[in-house]
Amino acid sequence: MSVFILRRLLQSALVMVAMAVLVFFGVHLVGDPVYMFITPDMDQADIENVTRALGLDRPIWEQFWIFMTNAVRGNLGQSFIFGEPALGLILQRMPATLELAFAALLMAVVIGIPLGLYAGLYPDGIPAKTIMAGSILGFSLPTFWVGIMMIMIFAVILGWLPSTGRGDTVEVFGLHLSFLTLDGLRHLALPALNLALLKISLVIRLTRAGTREAMFQDYIKFARAKGLSRPRIVGVHLLKNILIPVVTVLGLEFGSLIAFSVVTETIFAWPGMGKLLIEAIQQLDRPIIVAYLVMIVFLFVVINLVVDILYSILDPRVRLGDRGQ
Amino acid sequence: MTSLDPASRADPVPAVPKAAETPLRRFVSDYCDSRLAVGAALLLAVIVLVALLAPWIAPQDPYDLAVVSIFDARQPPGAQSMDGYTFWLGTDGAGRDLLSAIIYGLRISLSVGVASGVIAIIVGMTVGLLAAYAGGRTENLIMRVVDIQLSLPAVLIALILLAILGKGIDKIIIALVIAQWAYYARTVRASALVERRREYVEAAACLGLSHARIVFRHILPNCVAPLIVVGTVQTAHAIALEATLSFLGVGLPQTEPSLGLLISNGFEYMLSGKYWIAVFPGVALLITIVSINMVGDQLRDVLNPRLQK
Repeated sequence: MSVFILRRLLQSALVMVAMAVLVFFGVHLVGDPVYMFITPDMDQADIENVTRALGLDRPIWEQFWIFMTNAVRGNLGQSFIFGEPALGLILQRMPATLELAFAALLMAVVIGIPLGLYAGLYPDGIPAKTIMAGSILGFSLPTFWVGIMMIMIFAVILGWLPSTGRGDTVEVFGLHLSFLTLDGLRHLALPALNLALLKISLVIRLTRAGTREAMFQDYIKFARAKGLSRPRIVGVHLLKNILIPVVTVLGLEFGSLIAFSVVTETIFAWPGMGKLLIEAIQQLDRPIIVAYLVMIVFLFVVINLVVDILYSILDPRVRLGDRGQ
Repeated sequence: MTSLDPASRADPVPAVPKAAETPLRRFVSDYCDSRLAVGAALLLAVIVLVALLAPWIAPQDPYDLAVVSIFDARQPPGAQSMDGYTFWLGTDGAGRDLLSAIIYGLRISLSVGVASGVIAIIVGMTVGLLAAYAGGRTENLIMRVVDIQLSLPAVLIALILLAILGKGIDKIIIALVIAQWAYYARTVRASALVERRREYVEAAACLGLSHARIVFRHILPNCVAPLIVVGTVQTAHAIALEATLSFLGVGLPQTEPSLGLLISNGFEYMLSGKYWIAVFPGVALLITIVSINMVGDQLRDVLNPRLQK
C-alpha cells in the first residue's frame, strides 16, 4: 500500500510539473500583456520600463527558470493586474468556491439518494419514471443555461432569491462563510442548486441501479426471510451496500464540481476562484492562469488519491498494490 | 433527408416481403421499437436540415448590415419591423431577427460539434487501436495518458487550452478534440482488446496480411458499434461544451455567433425583463442536445450485444 501511495505521489508530481511547463509556455504564445498596462500618453521608454518591471524582457528560458525556482518555494508569481502573489489571490478566493462545492455535494446526497432509492424500489410506477426522465434532463441541460433560467424564474419573475454575490458572511477562523447567515443562505441557494443539478442526476442513477441490483441478492432475501421490517432492510442492509459506489463516485466528482463552479460562479457573480480564472483569461493575467491550473491539478491529485485509499478501506476486496497486473 | 435519418430507411423494407433479415434491417426495426426515439431521430433530421439550409430558410440574413436596422433592437416577439416584417421571436440587442440568428447559430454550433467529434473519433480510434494491437509498453504509456486526462473534467481542459490558444472557430475545435479524444481511445481499446484475441485475427495473421490491414480492415469494423454510441453522446457533449465556453467568453468570437454566444449576449438584457434574447436560443440548444441524447440512448440499447434478443 505504501509503495502504491509513493508511486502515485511521484506520478502526480510528474503530471503537475508537465502541466506547469505546458501552460507556462502555452500562455506565453498568446498576446502581450504589456498592452494591458500602457496608456496612449506613454512613450517607448515607459513601455520598456513596464516590460522590465513585469520581467517580460528576459528570454523565455530565464523567465521559466525564475518561475520554477519560485514555484518550488511556493511562489507562483505576481498577478499583473493586482500586483499581489497569484497563489495568495487564489487561496483567498478558494473558501468561497469550496463552500459552493460542498453545498452542492450536500444537495446531491440529500436530494439524490432518496429519489434514487425510491426509483429503484418501485421502478414501474409513474413517479419513478418521472424521476428518471428528470435525471436524463439533468444530464442533458447545460449548466449555464439552467443557471440563467433559475435567475429568470426565481430572481427576475418571482423575486424570491437574489441572483448575484455572496450576501452577508460570518468570519470563522479567518474564513468568510455565507451559510451561517440567513442572507448568505439565500445567496447560496441558487448557485449551489445549479452546480448540484448534474450530480443529483448522477446520484439518482447510481442509487437506482445499485438498489435494483441489490434487491435480488441473497443477503436481502435472507434479511426478508428472517422477518426484518422493510424499513430496516432498506435503511440498513440495502443502503449500506449501495453507498460504496455512490461515495466513490461523489468523491471523484468533487473535482469536477470545482471545475464546473467556473461556470456557476460566472453566472451568479459568486466571488470564487473560477470567476477569478475567467477574469484572468480575459485580461491575459498569466500568473493567475498558471497558478490556478497548478492549484487545481494539485486538488485533483489529492482527491483521486484520497478516494482510492478510502475505497480500499470501504471495500476490502480492492487491494491497491495489485493494480495494473 | 433519407441519408441523415436512420429511421426513414425503413421505408423501402415492406416492398420485399420475403427478404432475408439483414443486419441493417434488424437494426432499423430494433431502433423503431421506441416511438420516442423515432420522434427524436426525425426531430434531429429536421434540425440538421434547417442548419444546412440556413441561408435559404432564414427569413433574414442576420449578418447583412443592409437588412438589419439598429432601430429594431430588442423588439419583443411578434413585433413588426419598419418595413412590415414580423419578428416572430423578437430581435436581439443589435436589431437582428432572433429566429434568423438562431438558425445561423445552430449551423455554427452543429458544425463545431460535428467537426470536433469526427476529428476526435479519428484520433482516438487510431490511438486506441494502436494501444490494443501493440500492447506492452506502448499500451501502458498511452493508457496512462488517457487515464490522467480522463481524471480531469473536459470543461477544465478545454478552458485552459482556450486560455492558451485564444478565440476562434478552429481553436475551439482543437480544444474540443483534445478534450474528447481520450473517451474514444478508451472505448476502442476496450473492444479491440477483445477482438484481437479472436480466431479471425489469428487467421488473418496466418494469411500473412500486414498489421495495418488487420487492424483497420478486420479489427476496426468489429469495434464500430460502441464507437457510434459514444460518438453520439459525445457530440451532444461537444455542442453543450462549446456553448458553455462561448457563454464564458472564451470560445467563439462575436463574428461567429453560435447558440452559446447568442445566449451570452441575451443574458445582459434578462435582468431588465427582455427574456426572449437569451431564452429562445437556449430552447434551440436544448432541443438539439436532448434529441441527440435520446437517439444515442436508443442506439445504445439497440447496439449493445448483451441486450440483444
